[in-house]
Amino acid sequence: MKELNVYTLILFTVGFFFMISCEGIVPEAPDEEDLLDGPIAGLSYEEQDQFLKGDIAFNDDIFTPKTGLGPTFVAASCGSCHPGDGKGHPSTTLIRFGQTEPNITLNLKGAPQLQNRAIPGYQPEQLPEGIPSMKMTPPAVTGLGLLAALTDEQILGNADPNDEDGDGISGVPNYVTPPDYFIPEDHHQPENGKYIGRFGKKASAVNLLHQTATAYNQDIGITSTFEPKDVYSNLTIDPEVSDQVVRDVVFYLKTLKAPLQRKQNDPDILRGKEVFNILRCSSCHIPTWSTLESDIDALSNKTFYPYTDLLLHDMGPGLDDGATEGSAETYEWRTSPLWGLGLSPDSQGGKYFLMHDGRAQSIEEAILMHGGEAQNSRDQFQSLSSVEKEALIKFLESL
Amino acid sequence: MKKNLLLFLIFAQTTVTVNAQVDSSLFKDTRNDTLSAEAMNMDAVYERPFFHAGTSPVSVGGYIEAGYQYIGEDGITEGHTFRIPRFTLFVGSSLHPRIKFLSETEFEEGGKEIAIEFAALDINFSHMLNLRGGIIMNPIGAFNQNHDGPKWEFVDRPIAMTKMLPATWSNVGFGLYGKQFVNDWGFGYEIYLTNGFDNSIIANGENRTFLPAAKENAERFEESSNGQPLITGKLAVKNHNIGEIGLSYMGEIYNAFEDDGLILDEKRRLDVFAIDFNTSLEKTSTYLTGEWAWVMVDVPETYGQQFGERQQGGFLDIVQPVLRSTIAGFNNAVLNLACRLEYVDWNVGTFRETGANISDDLWAIVPGVSFRPSAQTVLRLNYRYMHQQDILGNPPAKIAGIQIGISSYF
Repeated sequence: MKELNVYTLILFTVGFFFMISCEGIVPEAPDEEDLLDGPIAGLSYEEQDQFLKGDIAFNDDIFTPKTGLGPTFVAASCGSCHPGDGKGHPSTTLIRFGQTEPNITLNLKGAPQLQNRAIPGYQPEQLPEGIPSMKMTPPAVTGLGLLAALTDEQILGNADPNDEDGDGISGVPNYVTPPDYFIPEDHHQPENGKYIGRFGKKASAVNLLHQTATAYNQDIGITSTFEPKDVYSNLTIDPEVSDQVVRDVVFYLKTLKAPLQRKQNDPDILRGKEVFNILRCSSCHIPTWSTLESDIDALSNKTFYPYTDLLLHDMGPGLDDGATEGSAETYEWRTSPLWGLGLSPDSQGGKYFLMHDGRAQSIEEAILMHGGEAQNSRDQFQSLSSVEKEALIKFLESL
Repeated sequence: MKKNLLLFLIFAQTTVTVNAQVDSSLFKDTRNDTLSAEAMNMDAVYERPFFHAGTSPVSVGGYIEAGYQYIGEDGITEGHTFRIPRFTLFVGSSLHPRIKFLSETEFEEGGKEIAIEFAALDINFSHMLNLRGGIIMNPIGAFNQNHDGPKWEFVDRPIAMTKMLPATWSNVGFGLYGKQFVNDWGFGYEIYLTNGFDNSIIANGENRTFLPAAKENAERFEESSNGQPLITGKLAVKNHNIGEIGLSYMGEIYNAFEDDGLILDEKRRLDVFAIDFNTSLEKTSTYLTGEWAWVMVDVPETYGQQFGERQQGGFLDIVQPVLRSTIAGFNNAVLNLACRLEYVDWNVGTFRETGANISDDLWAIVPGVSFRPSAQTVLRLNYRYMHQQDILGNPPAKIAGIQIGISSYF
């Protein structure tokens, strides 16, 4: 009888575990709309495979001194600066310098990016005295493929350099000299050998290969056939990352899904969206775009909601750091996409670090830092009732 | 008596001859149960079942662990996984009553990694003075030396002792040890000088200060990475009625600060302190064992906050026998309920830029059931639930699942 009881107890225990379905044992997945990572829908098996390879290279591959890290660097992996593919933290903020006016590059050692960390035994780079610099908090990297799939014509369609429509908004593209490995596509519309930049806080990277290869080089100190010069010695050295890995990462960035808006039918959020439009925030943070044909089917003919125009705007003296890139003025910044804004704290350690350098610690602070072409919108925001302000913030948090 | 039996079960100290071996008359168990009462954690390498044939001085033994798990993280699982985490062989010999040799070779994950974890010669001069030389297990904490699978009620090893401290951490070196019992009280010490760590503890694929990275450097069995010895020492006190407590230290200059006579970097120190204990509660026969360690590493200030200068972590195992009986023909079989609580913080400190806490930590709770048909064999069923946060303290990854395992000496 005693043995029977024991068997019963054992069977009960084992049965208890197996009665819980396997799916029940594993913690539930967060809602899709609460996550930034994950592939865009519609990838083929081959594309999913390449996405996974890129995911590993981006998030899991950690460089060490043995595998090429540094000697001077900012971070040891892509994922260190873009946790969960989201915005970065002040501890990984980049410092860029070397250009104080449009189209004129100073011949400064170490420019355009400060590598403020070094492997043991080496000294990190020092910012030259008296040279203006700008800090840049790493951006979220989701939905970039959709932005990359837009044509120059679409971007230029919103440019109004001379403010001919008199609305006080005069978006301009940042024309930059592309790297040697840049291969123009049919839709590109160069001007004097320069191409429209669309990635980065100053829109200084013409495409995702440019962005990725320079990030490996300037952020991690990793050379490739694309960027063969070591940032420490300024000499060419053997590639430390393969072309394939770089291309896998580019593919990963291209095919990361776009952030999804949450609670879009909430009345407060709908009211906030109205306020957003009334304040004409949407003049620069253009909500809706559609792609044409893309080399990746899943990116073709897609409508998406990044809330950006990919153009540079005068943001006023408060955001003029005295440094710049490409043809941008020091006070001009690319309209930051607002998609995923409400998920920023999930990648920034529970807090907001907004604007180009993370100086704003709330959405309201960020709005109040807008000047220049956004001055009118900011002033109108300040005159909103607290209910309207709250609705606007709720809407922005839902993005 | 009950307490001793429990100790005996937990540490799997064999007291019975093995009946199920083929032609078992060829083998003889060299152990007897009088040793267990005066056994301390420092004796773990010898507190195992060994067998020897006839009058041969050579003894052999080993243990195997195998298991199944279904674990997932935030809704994503790798599915059903069967594993053989380790298969370990012991070979020992006693050329003289006071000269012993023991080796432990481990095959991890079906031979994916093969490591000599212990291969040392012990010369006994007196109870309090023994010389040990060879590949030794550094006595930091208790788990590093006392790690055999059949001794534990949990499928996984404690995370703090394997992913913060580098169990099983062994090195080439020499040292002294000894112990003395007076009535109910026992005192033991160990002190060793060995080769040790290297730059990999702050330059590794984990993107954090990670002492176990040094295990991958097999050259430490050939030469020191920097010519500086790793000092490991431990003091332990045991009372038959209370339990055992150990205090241990391990430290050295870890980095390759010099090569070929040229200075390459400042000398950078690593210091580790640990406390371990085990006891059983008289009234309930509940067995408690735990360990906590603190790690301090001199990381270059300009290297990045990702690499913590301080770490801490440990575990507490609570094991409650609920039934001792003859079960399915196994005499003295025991059924235990067990629970492990564990915590690791790989980066203790705050961000320079924001003053906010640096996370990079993990906690886990692992309830389970274990069944011991004999003292040397354990069947375990665990449910693991843990939270792991990245360095920034973003929403934690939630990891959970079941683990089933068997482990047995043979």
